[in-house]
Amino acid sequence: MGDKKFMKGNNAIAEAAVRAGCRFFAGYPITPQNEIPEYLSWRLPEVGGAFVQGESEVASINMVYGAAAMGTRALTSSSGPGISLKAEGISYLAAAALPAVIVNISRGGPGLGSIQPAQSDYLQATKALGHGGFHAMVFAPNSAQEAVDLVYNAWDYAERDRNPVFILMDGCLGNIMEEVDLPPMKELNDEDIPGWALTRRNDPERDWQLSLTPIYTEEMLEGLNAMAGEMYKSWETEDVKYEEFMLDDAEYVVVAYGIASRVSKEAILKLREQGYKVGLIRPITLFPFPKKVIHDLDYSKVKGIIDVEMTLPAQMHDDIALQVLERCPIYEYGRSGGCLLDDDGVYEALLDIVSGGENNG
Amino acid sequence: MAEYKRSSLIASAPSGYCPGCLHSLATRLISDVLDELGQAQNSLNVISVGCSALNIKYWGGDFLSVAHGRAPAAATGIKRVNPERLVFAYQGDGDLAAIGLAEIMSAANRGENFTVIFANNQTYGMTGGQMAPTTLEGQVTTTTVNGRDPSTTGYPLKMCELISTLKAPAYVARFALNSPKGINQARAGIKKAFQLQMQGKGFTFVELLTNCPTNWHLSPLKTLEYMDTNTIPYFTPGIYKDCEVDAE
Repeated sequence: MGDKKFMKGNNAIAEAAVRAGCRFFAGYPITPQNEIPEYLSWRLPEVGGAFVQGESEVASINMVYGAAAMGTRALTSSSGPGISLKAEGISYLAAAALPAVIVNISRGGPGLGSIQPAQSDYLQATKALGHGGFHAMVFAPNSAQEAVDLVYNAWDYAERDRNPVFILMDGCLGNIMEEVDLPPMKELNDEDIPGWALTRRNDPERDWQLSLTPIYTEEMLEGLNAMAGEMYKSWETEDVKYEEFMLDDAEYVVVAYGIASRVSKEAILKLREQGYKVGLIRPITLFPFPKKVIHDLDYSKVKGIIDVEMTLPAQMHDDIALQVLERCPIYEYGRSGGCLLDDDGVYEALLDIVSGGENNG
Repeated sequence: MAEYKRSSLIASAPSGYCPGCLHSLATRLISDVLDELGQAQNSLNVISVGCSALNIKYWGGDFLSVAHGRAPAAATGIKRVNPERLVFAYQGDGDLAAIGLAEIMSAANRGENFTVIFANNQTYGMTGGQMAPTTLEGQVTTTTVNGRDPSTTGYPLKMCELISTLKAPAYVARFALNSPKGINQARAGIKKAFQLQMQGKGFTFVELLTNCPTNWHLSPLKTLEYMDTNTIPYFTPGIYKDCEVDAE
């Protein structure tokens, strides 16, 4: 180990994808994720991969669909408005049981929104990445290093489940410059290509038909949807990731992911200096959501949950509320539209709540 | 004497195409050519949406079924990571010339090294006969009940003419499947397109004028006559681009 580099978040995840064995990228320019396609446009050819600048996000996700069907580790990235356009293809990936990784470096919304960072795509990512009632695992890193680590392992989940994996970041994390320790290059050979893939490289002697389709009979489709439901449940027991911070004695628990969790940590440290018992639960997987840790808090001790997000209104609120079950108030603090959370703003908002709370809730 | 036998890539399943529909002839031609070229095993059919999607039942070779209009995008992803496979998409006119117009023009313009077979029957067959971008002026459909009116719906799109304005495509041709002569020319054109792909020459496009007895409300035989009097005069068959001829 020890391949340390000082990198922009977007470039770091692009390099992590290459090292994870990604050999195909298609995407369309949109701020604030442009460094990902720019980096991969020269980097993928260096390792024998292919880069295509698609004519649209719609085309790009369908290019990924084609490459993924060949068993190639494929990636696309975009931001809010572009992810909406990719919704069709993400749904088809899930329908045809194809693994691929989709990155959203999110920005202010709705509509064209703003090009400044925001966490406004939580509901889209966790509830409906497309039509038809499917889910993808959603990872939400809060640093360039964690983004590298999650992207590096993303295809392992995608191929295990034969389902797309979604990485939800925001413009802050995409553009932050941080030291990252890059993992080694995964050397994937033709023998590593999954057996269902439409390539014949992994078994040149094979003489039977290979096919992949999102079209099924009604009974088959019902059966596959039921199986997908079982898979989502298994994620809740097997794959939930979260971080606890100063939680043991906390009377107020902040729930925040991604960039909001970093700003919240600073505020919590400052509040702790003043004797306020504040802690943090940071979901790393947004889907599956870390339900149990929130459900199992000691509500005889916890006086309030504070949902901090860089979006208005807070989008994680309902997922939290389903675990809190009215055992304590849930407060919200956020900024939106591309206005950033900052240390002072979060500190003052949390202070107002933990010092009385009468102005909130 | 020619040997008559089942094409290796046509699965043994009852046909769901309407009686007299030329889709079945078109897929038969493609399969025959792939057999002839020894590419049956190596071929990959990118099956689109519409009546062409029925091929998921009848196509016995490898295939990937994709979203409406996106076959050229999916084929791009396929071919870029597996250039050794012979890749073709089979698309209808609603699929290719309306919802998939960006994908077909962009793939053609990039010179992607695969083949698109375009079945043009001037209607959306699967959904019940609505107006397609290729529907002829005055043609009655379920969304143009008084006939297609160019003042509000524009004119039928000529895809071969459009694509042949691009520099990258290697081969662009249109054939009509309503006569033995046209069928033989189409077979030769499909073969040429596949051969050029195998030589890495780039994007190849074969438009096949087909019919829709059900939604044209004509008997199969009458559709063939209709094509002679209506379709062919507007969609002129011919070879619009051939990199081998153009290079001379």
